[in-house]
Amino acid sequence: MNAPSIVELRRVSRWYGNVVAVNDVTMTLGPGVTGLLGPNGAGKTTLLHMMAGFLAPSRGELTVCGQPAWRNPDVYRTLGLVADREAVHGFLTAWEFVLASARMHGLTQPEQAARRALAHMEMLDTQHRRLGTFSKGMRQRTRVAAALVHQPEVLILDEPFNGMDPRQRMHMMGLLHRMADEGATVLFSSHILEEVEQVSGTVQVIVAGRLAASGDYRTIRRLMTHRPHVFTIRSTDDRRLAVALMGQPAVAGVDVGPSGLTVRAGDYGAFARALPKIAVREGLRVQQVTPSDESLESVFAYLVAS
Amino acid sequence: MNGTVAAITTRALLGRRRFAVLLPLPLLLVGLAALAHSLEPDPVDWGEPIVVSLGFGAVLPLIALVIGTGVLGSEIDDGTILHILATPLRRRDIVLTKLAVAVGITAVASAVPMFLTGLITESARFGLGLAVACAVGSIAYCAVFIALSLLTRRPVLLGLLYLLIWEGVLGNLLSGSRLLSVRQYVVTIAADTTSSDLLNSRVSLPVAIVMSAVFLVGGTVLAVDRLRSFTLTGETT
Repeated sequence: MNAPSIVELRRVSRWYGNVVAVNDVTMTLGPGVTGLLGPNGAGKTTLLHMMAGFLAPSRGELTVCGQPAWRNPDVYRTLGLVADREAVHGFLTAWEFVLASARMHGLTQPEQAARRALAHMEMLDTQHRRLGTFSKGMRQRTRVAAALVHQPEVLILDEPFNGMDPRQRMHMMGLLHRMADEGATVLFSSHILEEVEQVSGTVQVIVAGRLAASGDYRTIRRLMTHRPHVFTIRSTDDRRLAVALMGQPAVAGVDVGPSGLTVRAGDYGAFARALPKIAVREGLRVQQVTPSDESLESVFAYLVAS
Repeated sequence: MNGTVAAITTRALLGRRRFAVLLPLPLLLVGLAALAHSLEPDPVDWGEPIVVSLGFGAVLPLIALVIGTGVLGSEIDDGTILHILATPLRRRDIVLTKLAVAVGITAVASAVPMFLTGLITESARFGLGLAVACAVGSIAYCAVFIALSLLTRRPVLLGLLYLLIWEGVLGNLLSGSRLLSVRQYVVTIAADTTSSDLLNSRVSLPVAIVMSAVFLVGGTVLAVDRLRSFTLTGETT
């Protein structure tokens, strides 16, 4: 059964004069963590601003939990936003900042909600310090706490790991996973591929304003049939295996190296089926098969290059 | 009115440096009135320039300009407005709260020195009339300047042009321009309230009252509409 669509974009475009920032994007997001990827200037922030209700689509329809995001403050009852601009009132303490958010959301027990959100972000020890004295990472965590205070169904974060130290990053990643496990829809943008890879298998890739790919990046890679899949293979006799593999139509090339074979296969499925049969026929034992270009970085590089 | 928005707005406003820069203006007004009074007790020669030109022409509108553009414009400039806007608060409530804070602070900051100036110049009744006029002027000016801060990225510059060119220059040359001059409404209301010979109104009282209300309602409606369409700009990364 398909997951319900919480955020829906139907043929959404946004242009500024003659410049098209987002071009005819159709996208649905359901519960779970999704990474929004794209090179600089691809239109990620424009897309996030539209989803967050702070930018009108020039064309198309965009809904969050079934309601339009633009000119509709009610959408923030179910939506939390951590924008790329990190400005906060420096004179407020973290507690005052998050409590103010709780009150502005009209929560019935704002103090309790603020305390819970600050605890989620491990900020109870520093909650009475002024935001002006915080590091960038701590300000970021406070803003996340404020965005979580009403326990939104949808959380949108623009570059949430900026300024965070490695420990804070790990904690933030854990938090996003927990929210997703609890049924929330989390969308975050990042220009650091390792971050996206660690947080989410599901990506939306924007290139030049268009949605270039959508889904699990490993599946996306397998669908790129025009690019040979690269595997690193180690066996009990690499040279004999190389000769046998070269006779397979699914194999486009084999390099023999000190650390094993590098095999380029045109057809992922046919190669995966053929390899064990070859090993049995040749009396070899395959010790290791590693797809070496199924990383998000490879997928992203292929998408951007194409 | 939203108490949380009002509290944050007030703290932000009073903490800004340019608000502190305004403090000398009311002091200058009261000081000059006191000095003139000590030199010449009869205010016929110096009363009008100090009360109308300095008080209604500079102190009130400049305080209103700094505060009116500060309650929303500064938060839009530095991005702190997102804290308030990313909540389900009605945009109308946000604007009305900001307007109430701006009017309250402007009225206090201008009406108190104007009352003292009136007291020194003529009488307590005269001072009270000036204070009432300041309160009305605060409402009209703040509504306009809040709307300006949502219509343009240069609200202070445009506000200054309105005060200097429209009210200062054209108001003295073209009688028609006085119909859209808050300063003229303020002077008329003060003249009517005090019945003093020092103040000469150039528009009628009904026009002053109706046009002040038009500025208030028009500015507020415009500001609410613009805030509903608040757009985040940023690097497209």
